[in-house]
Amino acid sequence: MTTMTYREALRSALRDALRTDERTFLMGEDVGRYGGAFAVSHGLLEEFGPDRVRDTPLSESAFVGAGIGAAINGMRPIVEVMTVNFSMLAMDQVLNNAATLRYMSGGQLNIPLVVRMATGGGRQLGAQHSHSLEGWYAHIPGIVVLSPATVTDARGMLLAALQHPDPVFLFEHATLYATEDDIDEQAGPADISHAAVCREGQHVTLIAYGGSVRKALGAAEELAQQGTHAEVIDLRVLRPLDMETVLASVRKTHRAVVVDEAWRTGSLSAEISARIMEGCFDALDWPVERVCGAEVPAPYAKHMEDASLPQVPEIVETVQEMFV
Amino acid sequence: MSESTPSGGVHPEREHALLLLRGMLLIRRFEEKAAELYQAGKIRGFLHLYIGQEAVAVGAMQALTPDDAIVATYRDHGHALARGVPAGAVMAEMYGKANGCSRGRGGSMHLFDASRRFFGGYAIVGGGLPIAVGLALADKMRSDARVTACFFGEGAVAEGEFHECMNLARLWDLPVLFLCENNRYAMGTAIERSESVTDLRTKAAAYAIRAETIDGMDVTAVEAATRGAAEAVRSGGGPRLLEFETYRFRGHSMADPELYRPKEEVARWKEHDPIAGFIKRQRDADRLSDADLKVIQQAVDLEIAEAVAFAEAGAWEPLEDLTNFVTSESSR
Repeated sequence: MTTMTYREALRSALRDALRTDERTFLMGEDVGRYGGAFAVSHGLLEEFGPDRVRDTPLSESAFVGAGIGAAINGMRPIVEVMTVNFSMLAMDQVLNNAATLRYMSGGQLNIPLVVRMATGGGRQLGAQHSHSLEGWYAHIPGIVVLSPATVTDARGMLLAALQHPDPVFLFEHATLYATEDDIDEQAGPADISHAAVCREGQHVTLIAYGGSVRKALGAAEELAQQGTHAEVIDLRVLRPLDMETVLASVRKTHRAVVVDEAWRTGSLSAEISARIMEGCFDALDWPVERVCGAEVPAPYAKHMEDASLPQVPEIVETVQEMFV
Repeated sequence: MSESTPSGGVHPEREHALLLLRGMLLIRRFEEKAAELYQAGKIRGFLHLYIGQEAVAVGAMQALTPDDAIVATYRDHGHALARGVPAGAVMAEMYGKANGCSRGRGGSMHLFDASRRFFGGYAIVGGGLPIAVGLALADKMRSDARVTACFFGEGAVAEGEFHECMNLARLWDLPVLFLCENNRYAMGTAIERSESVTDLRTKAAAYAIRAETIDGMDVTAVEAATRGAAEAVRSGGGPRLLEFETYRFRGHSMADPELYRPKEEVARWKEHDPIAGFIKRQRDADRLSDADLKVIQQAVDLEIAEAVAFAEAGAWEPLEDLTNFVTSESSR
């Protein structure tokens, strides 16, 4: 086992891929000489050269589309978009091309493309760098959406994404890059079909992904001290959703809370809530609850941003109210 | 002309002229038939006809090898046919049949034939350019001496993607051949009403990309210019842009009442019909006889009739396959 950070785990996967598959290359804004806006690709330019670690101009649509074209033409591109808000500039390529070309061509085109980007709030970066828009991506048929919440998954899911034949979007929560854990650096690709039960419990199921998983675990810890044992599910894969794992847990606990820092309206939390209702209505002892981000553009001031994101006390209170 | 040979003799130039003529006539007749079938309700959705622009696709395609890649627009029937996608597969696609070149999932605007490296019709204006840049990037990274030819209309020049792609292609010296079909109208908006600078070569110049403007109604000129540019691109000279001045004789789509352009203008351009003009020039040069023309017309008519029969005979994709090809996993 090796101790490393989330960003080092991503870098370790990138390095493995670049070493073992000559079709692989990384491109994006400041991935080369700068070393990546979040320092994920630090040192890779020196090791692999400017052809395979490619700095791009600020042209999200062109370089995401170029990733699609290169993937169609036999390469295994990894495109880094600095943050999810910037990816809106490439949404034409994501939706109209990456997600669509395989179907629209009657199965003739394969697009083994990996797009990585930072997502989420908590770093006082304001309303154009902090949103959590994974749900928008998860809305789209034809792509895979991954949300690694652990250091192990950061490496394993990126490796798995690189073996996938379809476009995979990897959302890296910006507050996770510096988190540390022990991981097996020899481990291969992770499973990217299933959610994970990351804490077992029998009273209530907390469902989270990305940066919210730690908060759900924190809430479960507090609740345990009060005698309420929460099961915590890390969704991991946001499209296609593994509802079997979720439903199995809810059938056991009879109560569910979805923790999602994205806005509540039209969100992944709404989708999961609906699917629990569809899949195990009879098992529910309480309506599905949601702890979501406030419906505001992400504010800058710390107290306001904190209030706009799900926090441990709010999750704990929500669960307590389900047992009155 | 001293190089003329009697009709009926084998002469490379004559053979080539007949091939160009046949290619353009095939598109013309195909499009006329498509319009008829649209009126008859056999083809639905949007139908954008290529009539008037045939010289561009046919001329440009001569300069490309089977290894080169093609990216086209939503007005893509001509490009697909000129690339050699069977007319039956294109027609069947427009019918929405399972034997269509996109298995009925694309339609008129989204023709694909990966086996011919025809990477599709793109219906978001400018949206095909980044794909072309990526196709070329892969070729360059592998040192494959291939060209990616990217067709688009002058309307795309107003899109940010055009500028992003021109910059990226030049910055990385990618083997992309940008082929701009300037038919003067972005749907109903004349170029003078949408571009502050209408000389499109200046846009290329801003990115240090060499550009030329060509008479897009003259298939010979289109072919010659494309050959020159394609060879420059292939030999590592980086991207080039060719602007073909052309005109669509029909509306933007079948739904277009054509309120935005005077009939006299359309009539004036029709005097430069690429097919009629080519026939006249070949006759004047003794490279085309009435008998040749008749043989070509009959062959084209037969090919169109067979294409329609192929489409008519095609099966509908079974509905249990509705989600087939959304992802690799859902593909059977």
